[in-house]
Amino acid sequence: MAGKVKWVTDIEKSVLINNFEKRGWVQVTENEDWNFYWMSVQTIRSVFSVETGYRLSDDQIVNHFPNHYELTRKDLMVKNIKRYRKELEKEGSPLAEKDENGKYLYLDFVPVTYMLPADYNLFVEEFRKSPSSTWIMKPCGKAQGKGIFLINKLSQIKKWSRDSKTSSFVSQSTKEAYVISLYINNPLLIGGRKFDLRLYVLVSTYRPLRCYMYKLGFCRFCTVKYTPSTSELDNMFVHLTNVAIQKHGEDYNHIHGGKWTVNNLRLYLESTRGKEVTSKLFDEIHWIIVQSLKAVAPVMNNDKHCFECYGYDIIIDDRLKPWLIEVNASPSLTSSTANDRILKYNLINDTLNIAVPNGEIPDCKWNKSPPKEVLGNYEILYDEELAQGDGADRELRSRPGQSLGPRGGRSRDSGRTVLTTWK
Amino acid sequence: MLQEESDLSLIIAQIVQKLKGSNLYAQLERQAWASLQRPEIKLESLKEDIKEFFKISGWEKKLQNAVYSELSVFPLPSHPAAPPEHLKEPLVYMRKAQGSWEKRILKSLNSMCTELSIPLARKRPVGEQKELLNKWNEMGTDEPDLSLFRPVYAPKDFLEVLINLRNPNYENGDSLSFRTHLGLIQVPLKVKDIPELKEFFVELGLTTGQLGIDDSTQVPPELFENEHVRIGQKVLAEQDSAAAQQYVRQGSPTALRAELWALILNISSQPEDILYYEQLKTNVIQHDLLVDSLIYKDVKLTASNDDYYFVFEDYLYQVLLCFSRDTSVLGHFAYSSASPPKSYIRGKLGLEEYAVFYPPNGVIPFHGFSMYVAPLCFLYHEPSKLYQIFREMYVRFFFRLHSISSHPSGIVSLCLLFETLLQTYLPQLFYHLREIGAQPLRISFKWMVRAFSGYLATDQLLLLWDRILGYNSLEILAGKILAAAVFAFRAVNLMEVTSLAAAEAVLADLSTLKVMPLLQIFLFATVT
Repeated sequence: MAGKVKWVTDIEKSVLINNFEKRGWVQVTENEDWNFYWMSVQTIRSVFSVETGYRLSDDQIVNHFPNHYELTRKDLMVKNIKRYRKELEKEGSPLAEKDENGKYLYLDFVPVTYMLPADYNLFVEEFRKSPSSTWIMKPCGKAQGKGIFLINKLSQIKKWSRDSKTSSFVSQSTKEAYVISLYINNPLLIGGRKFDLRLYVLVSTYRPLRCYMYKLGFCRFCTVKYTPSTSELDNMFVHLTNVAIQKHGEDYNHIHGGKWTVNNLRLYLESTRGKEVTSKLFDEIHWIIVQSLKAVAPVMNNDKHCFECYGYDIIIDDRLKPWLIEVNASPSLTSSTANDRILKYNLINDTLNIAVPNGEIPDCKWNKSPPKEVLGNYEILYDEELAQGDGADRELRSRPGQSLGPRGGRSRDSGRTVLTTWK
Repeated sequence: MLQEESDLSLIIAQIVQKLKGSNLYAQLERQAWASLQRPEIKLESLKEDIKEFFKISGWEKKLQNAVYSELSVFPLPSHPAAPPEHLKEPLVYMRKAQGSWEKRILKSLNSMCTELSIPLARKRPVGEQKELLNKWNEMGTDEPDLSLFRPVYAPKDFLEVLINLRNPNYENGDSLSFRTHLGLIQVPLKVKDIPELKEFFVELGLTTGQLGIDDSTQVPPELFENEHVRIGQKVLAEQDSAAAQQYVRQGSPTALRAELWALILNISSQPEDILYYEQLKTNVIQHDLLVDSLIYKDVKLTASNDDYYFVFEDYLYQVLLCFSRDTSVLGHFAYSSASPPKSYIRGKLGLEEYAVFYPPNGVIPFHGFSMYVAPLCFLYHEPSKLYQIFREMYVRFFFRLHSISSHPSGIVSLCLLFETLLQTYLPQLFYHLREIGAQPLRISFKWMVRAFSGYLATDQLLLLWDRILGYNSLEILAGKILAAAVFAFRAVNLMEVTSLAAAEAVLADLSTLKVMPLLQIFLFATVT
């Protein structure tokens, strides 16, 4: 009420600044008093570091959780999910049920992954079981497709370790740590092309967990035809869908940027594969997002000054099973096309409407449950308080693929909320 | 009465004649022979027993669908003494106009040939054939230099021709009256007014449930959608073309659309259909045609840049290149005002015995042609099936959108109805736009020529095409009424513009429009 929100950002993107200005907020520098700071992940580290000893007051809000990397670093995410599964198993939770091959029925949604160098021996053991498989190497701390390569022979890993500065795995610092994941070599192809899904998810609090899904996600297509043949392993345009990578391909189109809306995907799948399997796929996508958040919730520093908008990367295989590839803490706010610009502007707009109610000076002690009217293109994905109120048995009854409620499979995104009953 | 009966027998005779040459006929014959082994077939009641067998085994339904399919494309019965060109187009001046338009296109094509010194067709060397075969699934990655090629014509060139159409027997007079047609199209053709349209599109009325309206945000699915889907599944189980056609008038559920359309178009994808497609593919591999470059260029200029369709670029080549080789497409020229262009073997110009149709299917693609195929890629991921559906859609509907004829579904009638509706029901808007030099038809013409493909969001476009198939009249719906409805919808903004460019800007992005509510309001809520 009194006074205007004072904002700072260290990311000079027009989609941010236009949104702040539209609200009549006032720009200040980081050394002045501020209420809202949209910061990069580098800055958040120093804000919450022990040395700087920053103490946020009740009217200050930032766009990251202090230890978001528990979810957004590839190695830590996998570690947390593995731990979460073990815990559920120990509790005897039916969610941790396994099939006859020892695979989790409902929690097997991340490709088999190992940390390198730490898990090298485990990896070799797994690799020898299926020597013809392809694996993808990713540096833990980097984003936008940097430093990624594919291997299908053990010798390639050995060569890589020789080429990197240190000669032995053990002495490598964690900074240079890699994860190696089984490569999804049967991706769903549309028009012969590989794609992945980019979905935006907003978390306003981890305990209780409350998260929102943005309805306007998109598919990112490779510009080059997909071929699983190993001769193309070096051609990253075939395999990686990151726009940052694809932009350098000669076929990159600046009108659509290789992006297809999730609504298009739904229309295509429903038309060609039927409604049931399509609804099941989307339910499963929602399921794995919620499970990944639940996996990190116990270790997350649920600071009341924080909210976070994540970019989820998901690949769908040709049996319409979704795989969680990674989660980004700072999804790109660069606009590659006109539509992209509109989308990202609206994304920030809707995010701010939820995170900063009424655009007024925030009070971080508020209950963080905004009225439905301000959600915009977000819809509630999971609300722990509501779910517990509903009784725990409900959650079990309706795992993905099982009996959906009467409206469980509503497909159109035209505004009717997609209510999956497991929430 | 007598006339009707003789018409009927004429139609029956023609359909029987046509079906006799079909694959279905051979199948029925085989089935009949095979059925003789069955115990229930008795010699003394042979005919009745076989009929009964056909009924039970579902072959009767297949025959019905085939007859129904013939009826859908069949031109109105004409007088037995009428010459065949009357079947194509009864009005002489229309025939002449189409003829000279074709000459122009062909001339332009030939001069491009000469300019670029590229032959119309050539056999590919073996190495090149192999290469093409290898990259059949990724032709889009090829970037040949097409800068010298230009589309043979674009919709706006075609519009100029239509604007200049005149009926030499019709005296327009100088005096303006309230009847005077102020639009660009100046030929007198009978077009439907709103009461007639209401009658024709009766199922689109406010009292009938519609997909695209009654499945929207606020309506619970129990009210209409669930039941509609259930009926749709029943229609599919029955495999009845006529029922399917009636059904899609209320819109097709997304998950059933592909099958419903195939049923309406009587496309069944038998092994021999797949073989046929493979033969066309072989033909593409073996021969290089000049039109291939035109197709390539068109896809690159349109679908490849489209938010919805870029994903399907390679499918478009696989369909369109085969289409250009498909001589069965020539069959539609029996009832189209257009005629296939001819080309002569070198040195034999004008000698009929050395003439061949060029391209082999007789259709020269123009700028935007590939957009007829693009939306279908959302429904069929099997290239041969996609191909068959497109070919049938073309010979039933799309050809009328780029040939000059007096047919009520032809582009001329479309334009005229569009202008008449606008002039009658939105006179101020019509007058305003005309005064600032932004004749509405100049804006909406391209929408109609492409059946709105590329201008509407795909889900909306498919809902629109549902009705095209449902009423067996693409153009009336797609072209005239919708275009008029769009103008009505944006009328307030349009009244404020002062130039053609500004008017085009107001109407540039149709992708957010919901088609069905717009249509319903314009047709049924307008006071007439």
